[in-house]
Amino acid sequence: MASSTGDNKKYKVIGTRPIRHDGADKVTGRAIYGSDVRLNGAVHGKILRSPHAHAQIKSIDTSAAEKLPGVCAVATGADFPDLKDKIANLGEGAVNLAHLSANVLAHRKVLYKGHAVAAVAATNPHVAEEALKLIKVEYEPLESVTWVLDAMRAGAPLLHDNVVTNSMGKKADKPSNVPTHIHFEMGKVDEAFAKADIVIEREYKTASVHQGYIEPHVATALWNEDGHLTLWTSTQGSFTARQQTAELLQIPISRVTVVPCEIGGGFGGKIAVYLEHVAAMLSRKCGRPVKMTMNRDEVFEGTGPTPGSFVRVKLGATKTGQLVAGEAYLAYDAGAFPGGMIGPGCMCVFSCYEIPNARVDGYDVLANKPKTQAYRAPGATQAAFACESMMDELAEKLGIDPIELRLRNAAKEGTRRVDGPTYPRVGFIETLQAAKASEHWKSPLKGPHRGRGIASGYWFNIGLKSSAAGNVNPDGTVSLIEGSTDIGGTRTSVAMQLAETLGIAAEEVMPRVADTDGVGYTDVTGGSRVTFATGLAAYEVGLDIRRQMTERAALVFKCDPAAVECVDGMYKANGKSLTFRELAGKLGQTGGPVVGRAAVDPEGPSNGFGTHIVDVEVDPETAKVTILRYTVIQDAGRAIHPSYVEGQMQGGAVQGIGWALNEEYVFDDQGRMQNPNYLDYRMPTALDVPMIETIIVEVPNPAHPYGVRGVGETPIVAPPAAIAAAIYKATGVRARELPISPPRLWAAMAAKKP
Amino acid sequence: MAKKIHVTSTINGEPIEFLCDARQSLLEVLRDTLDFTGAKEGCNNGNCGACTVLLDGLPVDSCLVLGVEVEGAKITTIEGIAREAHLHPIQQCFLEDAALQCGICTPGFIMSTKALLDSNPNPSEHEIRFQLSGNLCRCTGYDKIIRAVQDSAKALSAGVERGGTKATQPDGRRAAKKQPQAR
Repeated sequence: MASSTGDNKKYKVIGTRPIRHDGADKVTGRAIYGSDVRLNGAVHGKILRSPHAHAQIKSIDTSAAEKLPGVCAVATGADFPDLKDKIANLGEGAVNLAHLSANVLAHRKVLYKGHAVAAVAATNPHVAEEALKLIKVEYEPLESVTWVLDAMRAGAPLLHDNVVTNSMGKKADKPSNVPTHIHFEMGKVDEAFAKADIVIEREYKTASVHQGYIEPHVATALWNEDGHLTLWTSTQGSFTARQQTAELLQIPISRVTVVPCEIGGGFGGKIAVYLEHVAAMLSRKCGRPVKMTMNRDEVFEGTGPTPGSFVRVKLGATKTGQLVAGEAYLAYDAGAFPGGMIGPGCMCVFSCYEIPNARVDGYDVLANKPKTQAYRAPGATQAAFACESMMDELAEKLGIDPIELRLRNAAKEGTRRVDGPTYPRVGFIETLQAAKASEHWKSPLKGPHRGRGIASGYWFNIGLKSSAAGNVNPDGTVSLIEGSTDIGGTRTSVAMQLAETLGIAAEEVMPRVADTDGVGYTDVTGGSRVTFATGLAAYEVGLDIRRQMTERAALVFKCDPAAVECVDGMYKANGKSLTFRELAGKLGQTGGPVVGRAAVDPEGPSNGFGTHIVDVEVDPETAKVTILRYTVIQDAGRAIHPSYVEGQMQGGAVQGIGWALNEEYVFDDQGRMQNPNYLDYRMPTALDVPMIETIIVEVPNPAHPYGVRGVGETPIVAPPAAIAAAIYKATGVRARELPISPPRLWAAMAAKKP
Repeated sequence: MAKKIHVTSTINGEPIEFLCDARQSLLEVLRDTLDFTGAKEGCNNGNCGACTVLLDGLPVDSCLVLGVEVEGAKITTIEGIAREAHLHPIQQCFLEDAALQCGICTPGFIMSTKALLDSNPNPSEHEIRFQLSGNLCRCTGYDKIIRAVQDSAKALSAGVERGGTKATQPDGRRAAKKQPQAR
């Protein structure tokens, strides 16, 4: 069941559900993903990875591998420029290039099992794999650490001897595994806690989880004889991939073209590069195109994941359920290099509520794991698991309905978040009201071992830069050129905004995602930004085309352009009128082609809120949790293509269900991941989940002409807390560690039995 | 190096001969030797189902079948179910129901769905979920995929009633709606 609320403003295209423009290619197997790229003479690259979680590299001997018949080139970290510490802004987040370089091919030290050490290109992938076995690497193993609190302890094995703690601008004087300490504070926190009627404090832990996209990382590089490098790759941001590759190779960006292929999922994990510049170096060495594809275990052990975390939250409230004070301590692992997801974690921990007095301390912590990457609302889910679970506990202690408690404290226009910003018009209260009014919430849940839970979640929509162009064709269609790689149907949601602006049908806009030489700079597909920001660019392309078409109409009508009226795609003046299509057919006689263009960089991120309701049943014998019913309620601002908005809500919720119940990196005592495959990592299958009901709330975003809010990330935030609340109702056990897997829950249930 | 092995099989109705190494999987042969790149590699160990093809009518993970094993067998891939400018009803339902986001798992899901509906034209939601549990999707949360399979079942059986044959087209296809082209 899906339903939506919204105003009565009528649109012709927005809010309809056309078939996506790239649909036929994707259901027939014709769409070209990264691994489908075929270049004449291409050879295959493979990467040798560290068997140790932490070790010095004493020596690398590639001579035997180089002699194997079929091997075309071998590369190690020594082949690449030695980059000094330099911060590069990659749009959504910044990166230290020295760290990026050492992450994609180890320099002197390996920092996690699976860390890349050397690369081989050979005439086929099997020969390349055989050659990897011939590379002799001498390691001096070091003690490793994977759990965030262990890594923070005095005497923990140090990952980097040149990283010191930066605490709000103050640098410590000795090396540490804690590169950054963040501190936010507002109001009089200690006084407010002292005056509160009730204060509760709890601790929460979450395991590392992977983005889990089905398509492994893949890149094909051709370093041409003229010195130009072309990359065909699976990336969330072609321009970001171009910048990273150029920086890692120390060549000008003008010598790199990135061709974004269809992308088989990303969720934040395909922003940083891993293979691109390695394939490029191998191509330069052997003079042939080099294609590199990761195996699934390489994806788990060498890319992603999102941080494991420890979060402690303290909340103070009045007897009537008014929050008066909040305090949070968050420690997130960053993996092997500084710069994890702690910043947004700190911003999001209290982001759903108006808490006048609050203090947040966050720690970015190094550990012997792959460098963490963004994963759908990066950092927010861990924080929400803590804060939302506590809201449920607080509601119980105060005897207040959990939705009512949230309504009494909900963030709204004017609420100041602890990290500074004040919200413009947001739709959190509306999602709570829709939850309260939903059939799901109102229907009784019967039966033993069952429980219902509710939780809310918040995530930003970043703006960032997007470019687009539209070419008007003589048959009245428009070819739309954009730079946002399309992971989930954004070609269509962007094209629909252009179609709406021009008064033509969605099918009359033909969107194409261009390479880095074919479109203006466009930031990554991430931060729930594409339908918002690239959609805004498409809208402005539409305005530009409309302006030019109006001038052409004036020539045809022999009148002043100001006298031409444009209504629903009809151009009218002096009692005469032309449709968009008729006018498009006259461009050749009125001055030639019409090309609309736009480049946008919208300021001021928007804000997305959601509320989730879940019913579970817990098997009393095995502690297996079954999701009986699930409803996602979310403010979409304006749902451009409601089917794909629902799809984001459903997909995010199911990723959250996996995070809550099953998924985790299991490490042995040597810091080696024990489950780097889908069977043992255990993402949700079709059999693990029910239909996911959706209720789209529409509180238009004042910063977008059609009211769009990004919807991609918010839906992963609430599920773990909602499920934990439901499990509590079913079993009496408050689960405070993710995943709430059967062994963990079974032990807690057994401990509770008399 | 050992000599390659000569294999004869039928792919999408056409007899095909190929040479392969003993260690090459059917997936490798399909993608790298024969250019049927619709089957996707997600895991190469039978966990994700993105490489599903039909082997003598049964769904298999082509990464777990050796190329040499298909001697004399009939294989159907995603490239073989739409023909003559008509999508198969399953493909059409996946589009109309927005049952794909990134699309990498879609060919595998469509092939598993075809195998399911060929043997069980009117499956329950549980039967669909069970039969598709070997195909992983990370984007959709499965909801719209399950609905697309339900709608496919309806479309295929409606075709039987209307045309007296298996569907509106002799081979179970129905006309595609207007398909915008994208690149």
